Amino acid sequence: MISCARTTVTRDRILTASAVAVLLLFIWFADSTFDAYSIRVLNFVAIYIILAVSYNLINGVTGQFSLEPNAFLAIGAYTSAILTLTPKDKAAIFFIKPMAWPLSEICASFPVSLLAAGAVTAFLAFLMAVPVFRVRGDYLAIVTLGFGEVVQVVAENLISVTNGSLGLKGLYPHTNLWWSWGICIITVVCIVRLVNSSYGRAMKAVREDETAAQAMGINAFWIKTLAFTFSAFFEGVAGGLMGHLITTISPKLFGFLFTFNLLVIIVVGGLGSTTGSIIAAILFVVGGEFLRLVDEPFAIWGYEYPGIPGMRMVFFSAILILVMLFARSGIMGRNEFSWRGLFDLTRRLIRGDLLGKHGASVGHNVIALSARISQLFRRRG
Amino acid sequence: MSGPLFQTQQLFVAFGGLSALTGLDLEIEQGRIIGLIGPNGAGKTTAFNAITGIVKPSAGRVIFRGEDITGFRAPVIARKGIARTFQNIRLYGDLTVVENVMVAGHSSVTYSIFEAVLGVGRFGADERRIRKKAEHLLSLIGLMEVAGERASALPYGSQRKLEVARALALDPILLLLDEPVAGMNPSETIEFRELLLRLHSDLKLTIGLIEHDMGFVMSICHKIKVIDHGIPIAWGTPHEIRHNEKVIAAYLGQGD
Ligand SMILES: Nc1ncnc2c1ncn2[C@@H]1O[C@H](COP(=O)(O)OP(=O)(O)OP(=O)(O)O)[C@@H](O)[C@H]1O
Ligand SMILES: [Mg+2]
Repeated sequence: MISCARTTVTRDRILTASAVAVLLLFIWFADSTFDAYSIRVLNFVAIYIILAVSYNLINGVTGQFSLEPNAFLAIGAYTSAILTLTPKDKAAIFFIKPMAWPLSEICASFPVSLLAAGAVTAFLAFLMAVPVFRVRGDYLAIVTLGFGEVVQVVAENLISVTNGSLGLKGLYPHTNLWWSWGICIITVVCIVRLVNSSYGRAMKAVREDETAAQAMGINAFWIKTLAFTFSAFFEGVAGGLMGHLITTISPKLFGFLFTFNLLVIIVVGGLGSTTGSIIAAILFVVGGEFLRLVDEPFAIWGYEYPGIPGMRMVFFSAILILVMLFARSGIMGRNEFSWRGLFDLTRRLIRGDLLGKHGASVGHNVIALSARISQLFRRRG
Repeated sequence: MSGPLFQTQQLFVAFGGLSALTGLDLEIEQGRIIGLIGPNGAGKTTAFNAITGIVKPSAGRVIFRGEDITGFRAPVIARKGIARTFQNIRLYGDLTVVENVMVAGHSSVTYSIFEAVLGVGRFGADERRIRKKAEHLLSLIGLMEVAGERASALPYGSQRKLEVARALALDPILLLLDEPVAGMNPSETIEFRELLLRLHSDLKLTIGLIEHDMGFVMSICHKIKVIDHGIPIAWGTPHEIRHNEKVIAAYLGQGD
């Protein structure tokens, strides 16, 4: 029996390694043949996956409702941008007020700036976590929401560091598919491993019943702080990647919309499921590109659609509401991808017995969602 | 270390104006099984909560193995060797049965987060040890067949047993059980009694338990404490308690 388990583990490791190899091959292929637009979308997919899995760690796995991604993205983006800009660039950009010394003289390589972005963000998260998690209750959402506003105001007004509302321009476009997907893979591996360790079990126990977790020797304060700081690190790194992808950052850019989008992603994916976060992040970014259609004017069957900017958001909000109403467990529920699960699913697909005995499987959720939506329309008709 | 393993001295708990527990003196000698009984709302669960750090006592002392642990936080007390179960079952519903037990092994983890993330160092050995221990406890308690099920999917009686298995994963010196056989039928209760006696002798446990099932309490406890409206009214062997007039008036007389 033990040797059987061992061979399964080895088989899964080989399969995972092959999957990563295929992904890297695809990136190499995309990098050399895709057009600039597609490459940009792929970069955003990677960045959103990083954000979604780390946001899910605190919100879904640990069950602490928070609203911080936009703030942490901003901190990561500014930190890494300030580090990669050369002293000469800085002198040119900061023309309202010169940049404060020593920031004006500091210059670091891209990877160092990303690490710094993660570290600074994680440090700030830690400072926030200590008072918030000392007391019990849902203060985290309020504090993180407020923090997002504070970050924007500081970015607007701390002109000698952030260049105020003019923002930082002309960042070197360091972020390419190798950086974004490389860091995406590292993030997913780190978070999956953490979740599958005893620390991850403790996080889930805190989510399920904090008192019972404490009674079993788990220091809920530290576990929540750990989850929050860990997710902040990767959100900060994602900020650095994003800054060097779009090459211009300004305070206005990091509004609450980012946080809202990520909330939609992790809820639709299934709160608590890393797999779900990844799937939903891909659907969100790629689907969002298709939905650009509704933001722009077009004509269909003689009807002139004027194009309403921001219409996409209405779609996303509608999807969020539908999921909350009819399929609260999202695409994955709290299930995770596993090779065995994939084999079982294929076997069932082939046999045409999709629902199988595991009622809460992916197939079930998708089918339940579509069945309920179609029911809704049938009732009307 | 002389004196009893565990002791509360004049323990008080108040919720706002309501005093739920007034001056509880309780002594538990090493290796004993002690009962804590009293009518509904007497303050029994409150006493356990105050002992295990779930609520703060408003006065008095809790002494465990010669150390004053009054007001310590719940995880600290748990790690010192006092484990408990909950009257209103508090499992981690969405985790599997074996994971529920493994959670209580977290305090014995020696690997760091970095070892966990990289999957190196003591990570593998520790995880194997925690899982093996959890599986051992589950087979002791008779839940090994459902190890992979979600805890919330278990029938009521099995959930109560799982609470005990989870508490045992802390390697407790003192085990506190809050109404462990509530909701069990007579044959399940007898079975559970056998199990508890076996665990008591095999694991050298000291046990404190709250229970309304008088047959169960009288047959298993060495000594019994009775409280009513937060006030301790009697202390003695099952025989003494059964014939204590105050107890009969306050409690036993009530039902019949
Ligand atoms: N957290 C709390 N806040 C306010 N009052 C509480 C709290 N916990 C318990 N009480 C009150 O304290 C009193 C004692 O409750 P407790 O749960 O300890 O009784 P019990 O002896 O365990 O009763 P039962 O046999 O019904 O379990 C009750 O009046 C209860 O309403
Ligand atoms: Mg009670």
